[in-house]
Amino acid sequence: MSSGAVVQFGYSRHPDQECPSAAPAHHAVVVVGAGPVGLSLAIDLAQRGQPVVLLDDADRIGEGSRAICFSKRSLEYWDRLGVGARMVDKGVVWNIGRIYHGADQLYQFDLLPEDGHKMPAFINLQQYYAEAYLVDRVAELPGISLRWRNKVTALEQRNDQVVLMVETPEGPYRLAAAYVIACDGARSNLRQMVGADFDGQVFEDQFLIADVKMTAEFPTERWFWFDPPFHAGRSALLHRQPDDIWRIDLQLSPDADPAVERRPENVRPRIARMLGHDDFDFEWISLYKFQCRRMKRFVHGRVVFAGDAAHQVSPFGARGANSGLEDAENLSWKLVRVLDGSSPASLLQSYDIERSFAADENIRESTRSTDFMAPSSPAEARLRQAALALGRDTAFAKRMINGGRLSVPSVYPSPLSTPDGDAWSGGVVPGASLVDAPLATRDGAATYLSDAFAAAGKRFTLLQFANGAAIEPPADVAVIRIGESEPLADRAGLLAKRYDAAPGAAYLLRPDGYVAARFKHPTRAAIDAALARAVGEVWS
Amino acid sequence: MTLSTASNFAKPDDAFRLVVEAHRGLSDETSAVLDAALVLVLANHIGDIDVLREAIAVAKRALTDPAAPAAGAA
Ligand SMILES: Cc1cc2nc3c(=O)[nH]c(=O)nc-3n(C[C@H](O)[C@H](O)[C@H](O)COP(=O)(O)OP(=O)(O)OC[C@H]3O[C@@H](n4cnc5c(N)ncnc54)[C@H](O)[C@@H]3O)c2cc1C
Repeated sequence: MSSGAVVQFGYSRHPDQECPSAAPAHHAVVVVGAGPVGLSLAIDLAQRGQPVVLLDDADRIGEGSRAICFSKRSLEYWDRLGVGARMVDKGVVWNIGRIYHGADQLYQFDLLPEDGHKMPAFINLQQYYAEAYLVDRVAELPGISLRWRNKVTALEQRNDQVVLMVETPEGPYRLAAAYVIACDGARSNLRQMVGADFDGQVFEDQFLIADVKMTAEFPTERWFWFDPPFHAGRSALLHRQPDDIWRIDLQLSPDADPAVERRPENVRPRIARMLGHDDFDFEWISLYKFQCRRMKRFVHGRVVFAGDAAHQVSPFGARGANSGLEDAENLSWKLVRVLDGSSPASLLQSYDIERSFAADENIRESTRSTDFMAPSSPAEARLRQAALALGRDTAFAKRMINGGRLSVPSVYPSPLSTPDGDAWSGGVVPGASLVDAPLATRDGAATYLSDAFAAAGKRFTLLQFANGAAIEPPADVAVIRIGESEPLADRAGLLAKRYDAAPGAAYLLRPDGYVAARFKHPTRAAIDAALARAVGEVWS
Repeated sequence: MTLSTASNFAKPDDAFRLVVEAHRGLSDETSAVLDAALVLVLANHIGDIDVLREAIAVAKRALTDPAAPAAGAA
C-alpha cells in the first residue's frame, strides 16, 4: 500500500533560536500548524504585507486519507491567494451528486446549475496536493518564516504578548508574539494550553475510508447509497479523485473491530462487491469515528483559534477544511487592521461572532447528515425508512433524504453589516459572500467579478453600477465600476441580476469579499457610516 | 399561519376512522412505519415549520395526559 504523494521538508535552524530565553525574538503573528488552514492564513497575511512565523511540529505532508472535496468558496479564496488555478487544474471538477436507495437512483442534484462563475461548485483533490501547493506558494512570498519540526509545547499569555515554548530537534527556544493563531488541528495542544474545552457529539457508527487506485468509467460525480445491494443496511459513498484514485466510504456498525476491519483482505471483498470487480489497488485504508464539536469561544485573549482546532465536523458535507479556510479569510484582514492600529482590537470579536455562527451551522448540517445515515433510535430509523421509501416517487421526500449537504458559506448575522435601508428583491444580502458573475473588459476580454475584486486589491471595495457621476470613495476603498463606458461591462446582465442592481446601486465589499452594506441610491455619508461599522469603529 | 386546533372536518368521525382503518391488520412495527410516513406526508403538505413545531407541541401533550399515565411513563 502506498501512502500518497509524500513530500518531505527539512528542519533548519532559525536565528531566533539564538535569542536568550529571557529575551525571546518578538513577532507580530505566529501561526501554529501548517495544515490547509494555517498555510492559507499565512499566505493571506503575507499578501496583505503582514510578516508571519508559521510553525509545524511535523516535517512532511502526504500521510493519510483526509479531505478531498474543496468548495467553490475555498477555490475563490485560494484564487486570491494565487493557488486557485493550480488546484483546479489538478483537481477533478464536479457539480453533480446522485443518491441511491438499494440499487435505484432516488434523485440527483446539481450544485452549480448556472453559468458565469469562474470556479466550479467543487473540485476533488487530495489534501496532500492542496497542502503541497500551498507550501510552494509560501516559498514564493516574502514575509513567511515556515519552520518545520517546531512544536509548541507551552504557552504563556501576558497583557501585551504571548510567549511560546517551541521544541525543535536541536532543543527548545522561546518565541514572543502579539498574536498567536492556533491552527493546530482537532487535537490542538494550544486549546489545552488555554484551558478551553471542546464539547460535542461523538457518533457511534464507524466509517471505513478507502482510497483505491483503478481505471474506471464511472462519471465524475458524487454517488451516495443508502442500503446498497453490496453493503446491506448501511451507507456507502464513491467519489473520484485525481490520479485514478477513488474515495470509498463504507459505514460500519458501532461494534465492528477496527483492527480487523482495516485489514486489506477484509476490505477487498467489500469493495469488489461494490465495484463489481477486483481490479484495484489500495492507496490508503483507515477507520474513523466522527465527531462534531467546537470550542465555546474562538478568541482567548491573544490566542485565536481557527480550523479544526476550533471546531470539528463529520466529513459528510465537506465542511471541515472548507470552513477552516473561511475562518482564515475572515480572520486575516481583521488581524492586519488590529495590528496596524486602523481598527480596535475588538474587531476580533466579530471573527468570534461570525465564525461561531458558521461553526454552529456546519455542525448542525453535518450532524443531521450523520444522524440520517446512522439513526440513533428505532423511531428515527422508521422516519428515515419512510423518507427513503416515499422518496421513490415524491419530490418532497427526495429533498428530506440527507446524504450530506455540501459546504456553502454562511450568511453572517454580523455587527459589521449595515442592515438594508432599501427594498431589495434578492441580490446578495449584507453578511453574504461575493457571488461571482462574468464581466467584459473594455477590449472585450472575458473576466469575472472575482477577478476584478482580486485586482482591486482584496480590500474594502465599492462595487458601483455606473449611472452618471461616480461617488468619490473613502480613502483606502477600492472601486469597481460597472457600465458600458466603464472599465468593466456586464454584457450578459448577470451581475445586475445576481445583485438585483439597477444603475446607481452600490455594494460595499469587505476585504474577505463579504458584503458589508448595499445601497440603491448611495451617498458618501452612508458609505462612510457603513465603512465605520464594517471596520469595527462603531459596534452595533 | 398558526396551527388550527378548531374542528376542521365536516365529519370528524370519518377522518378518525380513516386513520384507524389504515392501521387495521398491521403489526405494531408496520403501524409505526405507516405513522412515520403519514407524518412526513402531512408535514410537507402543511409546509410551514412554525405550524409543524406547534403541532408537535400539541401532540406531545397527549403523552402527558393524566388519564393515560402509561403513555407518559413509556
Ligand atoms: C476522512 C476525512 C475526510 C475529510 N474530507 C473532507 C472534505 O472532503 N472536505 C473538507 O473540507 N474537509 C474534509 N475533512 C476535514 C479536513 O481534513 C480537516 O478539516 C482539515 O485538515 C483541517 O485543517 P487544519 O489546518 O485546521 O488542521 P490540520 O490539517 O489537522 O493541521 C494541523 C497542523 O498542525 C500541526 N500541529 C499540531 N500540533 C502542533 C503543535 N503543538 N505545534 C506545531 N504544530 C502542530 C500538525 O502537524 C498539522 O500539520 C475530512 C477529514 C477526514 C478525516
